[in-house]
Amino acid sequence: MNLKDVQRLLEADVLTGEDTLDREIRTAFACDLMSDVLTFESDKTILLTGLVNPHTIRTAEMIDINAIVFVRGKMPDVETLELAKENGITILVTRHILFASCGILYSNGLYGANIVHK
Amino acid sequence: MENIKISFDIIQHDFSKAGEASSNIKKVLKQLGIPSDTVRKAAVATYEAEMNIIIHSEGGVIELTVDVDKVKVVAKDKGPGIKDISLAMKEGYSTATSEIRELGFGAGMGLPNMKRCSDCFDIQSSESSPTIVTMIIYLKKAND
Repeated sequence: MNLKDVQRLLEADVLTGEDTLDREIRTAFACDLMSDVLTFESDKTILLTGLVNPHTIRTAEMIDINAIVFVRGKMPDVETLELAKENGITILVTRHILFASCGILYSNGLYGANIVHK
Repeated sequence: MENIKISFDIIQHDFSKAGEASSNIKKVLKQLGIPSDTVRKAAVATYEAEMNIIIHSEGGVIELTVDVDKVKVVAKDKGPGIKDISLAMKEGYSTATSEIRELGFGAGMGLPNMKRCSDCFDIQSSESSPTIVTMIIYLKKAND
């Protein structure tokens, strides 16, 4: 699956990274708590979240996530979008709720990201 | 490689700059050609430490040292200290307020995440004292 497929399946708008939609996506992680996000291993992973602020972008940056879907139609502010652009992170927005978004992607073959164990 | 030392001041409750120090540290490590897995571990550990200083402390400093075989991150704050370190290390335990949780933090995973990302992890603290967290990640040789 690539980002274009994610966009189509979630009927999402692309806010940044229009030119990156051919990037491959292998796994997904869905969460609103950023410390939980930091516990998983990124492998061409997309993050789905309802947390729309610059901390979401910073968190994604730390673990090399380069695509985020904001759910429930939540729109990020200019500061958040600028930070995403600076870091080459693609931002999609879908009207679907988190649960439905995950269900749609899972039923189309996207699997969950692995938690890092030590 | 010569030793590299950089430090960043972290200001209490300054959420507008939260993550900047970690972002800079990540960029420096990438520029030095450190393996991406090590960079990611150091970035996550530093970011958790930076957020802890912003959220819980009276401010502090994060120091990065890189030498030939390791990346060392030391996070020092000005207090108020941790009363029960073993409780603070427990996954899910947090003293963060609901405002902090609304920002996406306060899952009680910060210290455990720092430990998980480090090869060596040390925390020194007590009530009404500074907290000092030292995290070391060793650089593996190409044939390891």
